[in-house]
Amino acid sequence: MTVGLFIPCYVDQFYPGAAIACLELLEKLGVTVAYPKNQTCCGQPMANSGFEHLTHGCDELFVKNFAEFDYIVAPSGSCVLHIRDHLHDEANPEKAAHISSRIYEFTSFLTDVLKVQSLPAKFPHKVGVHQSCHGQRGLHLSSMSELVAPSFSKPGSLLNMVEGIEIVHLGRNDECCGFGGTFCVAEEAVSVKMGKDRVADHLEHGAEYITGVDMSCLMHMEGILHRQGSKVKVMHIAEILNGSPLTP
Amino acid sequence: MRYWLYNTNELMTNEPMNNEVKDHAELAEIFNRDEARVDWHDETLWWIRAKRDKSVHQIPEWEALRDTASQIKNNVLSNMESYLIQFEANAKANGITVHWAADGKEHNKIVHDILTRHGVNRMVKSKSMLTEELHLNEYLAENGIDVIDSDLGERIVQLAKEPPSHIVLPCIHKKKEEIGELFHQYLGTPAGNADPQFLTETARHHLRETFLTRKVALTGVNFAVAETGEFVVCTNEGNADMGAHLADVHIASMGFEKIIPERKHLGVFLRLLTRSATGQPITTYSSHFSKPREGEEMHIIIVDNGRTVQLGREEFRNSLKCIRCGACMNTCPVYRRSGGHSYHNAISGPIGAILAPNLDMEKYADLPFASTLCGSCSNVCPVKIDIHDQLYKWRQVIVKNGYATKAKKAGMQVMTFTLSNPAVYHTGGKIGRWVMKHAPFAVNNKLNPWYKQRDMPTPPNESFGEWYAKNRKG
Repeated sequence: MTVGLFIPCYVDQFYPGAAIACLELLEKLGVTVAYPKNQTCCGQPMANSGFEHLTHGCDELFVKNFAEFDYIVAPSGSCVLHIRDHLHDEANPEKAAHISSRIYEFTSFLTDVLKVQSLPAKFPHKVGVHQSCHGQRGLHLSSMSELVAPSFSKPGSLLNMVEGIEIVHLGRNDECCGFGGTFCVAEEAVSVKMGKDRVADHLEHGAEYITGVDMSCLMHMEGILHRQGSKVKVMHIAEILNGSPLTP
Repeated sequence: MRYWLYNTNELMTNEPMNNEVKDHAELAEIFNRDEARVDWHDETLWWIRAKRDKSVHQIPEWEALRDTASQIKNNVLSNMESYLIQFEANAKANGITVHWAADGKEHNKIVHDILTRHGVNRMVKSKSMLTEELHLNEYLAENGIDVIDSDLGERIVQLAKEPPSHIVLPCIHKKKEEIGELFHQYLGTPAGNADPQFLTETARHHLRETFLTRKVALTGVNFAVAETGEFVVCTNEGNADMGAHLADVHIASMGFEKIIPERKHLGVFLRLLTRSATGQPITTYSSHFSKPREGEEMHIIIVDNGRTVQLGREEFRNSLKCIRCGACMNTCPVYRRSGGHSYHNAISGPIGAILAPNLDMEKYADLPFASTLCGSCSNVCPVKIDIHDQLYKWRQVIVKNGYATKAKKAGMQVMTFTLSNPAVYHTGGKIGRWVMKHAPFAVNNKLNPWYKQRDMPTPPNESFGEWYAKNRKG
């Protein structure tokens, strides 16, 4: 099995640590991973702004980069959801369909495809888990508070395999953080207020770290934590699961 | 006269200022200048969302009920014409006068004509979001008719000369102290008294006089049953019943999507409606009206006002399944932190944002963007409208129809060019990170909306791509 690693543009540029953790853990689990170097973006920033018709260049590039892999894995629920729902390539519809059906968000690839039962990771800290909406409500990575359905969490089940970790309970389990792609600048006031409220929930419950499957939400909350002078850090879930060394 | 827009002080004093068209982001920014008030608004509505959760989790078959309701409504949308004709025939047979109104103008004239024919210049009206949509109150006021809203929340916003900020909880944006002040001003209660029980009692006495003296009452319609020609009005205050029973003439206004095929389907919808809205098992009053009393009149006005157009929009037609419970507003993290008036439309929140562009795409072009697409709205919707998917689809339609700003268009074209060309992307990323490291003032300034209340991420020395080229054989 060969996995094509898709690293979203902002993770590539700003959070290489999350991408490295993702790659290393997949390799530790015996997966052959390749990273196509000409990749850029899934096209979601344009599409969510109403410019889906401008994404064909991104789409064609994505198909070119990833059509040959058995699976495509990315450390982001949001980008994966976008590819699943919206990837089009008029010249290669079968290839686009193949990618849409074989692309996985990182934690669900571990739980659903690799069926990971244990992880050699240790993280003796209090951790708040942010449920990123597109992963949760879009990809069904975990149960949703609105629905009358059995509760489960794919990222949560993996975090429970980490030695010493303490997951803190939150007042609002799955409220949106307000990042929302271009929403974060187009609706700056509400976006920041949502982020402040989300961060406050984690702080009130004693989190030392806030983690999640989407670095974009974490980047937004990190920006707010920094501005508040908080010592609480954000960390992509792959870094915790990989047992990555903590950066000071 | 419209009362949508307020500056910060006006949010407190409720005096209208001007008719300048603003957008959701601007109005939300104004609302957010008083953070304590935003917290209060958010927590008040979250409390209702939590009540809803508690209530629906007591119904093991909840999701099956939602499915059933959704399917009944899908059937209605596919057979709208025949159900409406069936309803009209049965209602007429019951002795109800049925009117058809293509738009607000026709609807409002029908109401005015009925009032004129009876020689009255006063009317009592219970809760009807449709009449808000059609601006009936303003029209009747211009024609010298005095309308008193009998729903307590609606009466409060009417006194404040504001539109409702929520379809179920019209004055949810008002604190009890502000309501006390309004009652002091208009109903003569003692200054500074904000005791909810006292204020409610005052409103009750004030409305009692209205109920007893009005000859014509207008109500909304929650469900119109094709099979029987009857309609059902749901209230918690009994004000619709009080108005309709004491008046000689009952006018009921309904958007045509309120139709359901059979009476037995009420068993599904009445279980869903109030649990979704407030967490109550059922409305206090779910009143069936099927025929006028001897010698009296009952009218139904069936309104289109853009609904036919929406029904013809394949991607958006199922927004017409809405039963107006307001659950999507209570759960929406954006609505809770921007307030209903920031949507500058009679129906606010996520459902308003997918209904409004159908009425006026240019005026409401901002609304589908007032969302993070988190999807909570679609999950609470009792009739399973794919609200957040429709918000995404409206964005595409609005941009294609040319309602995106020029700056946004140019920005998107640059982004598209960069992200479609790996070499440009890699060089751009490298330059961007270098600038952030060595000239942070270039991004950390007031022109960057991210930086206003958030720090930028710390740029790493190398991108993942650069790291990978060094550490793995590509």
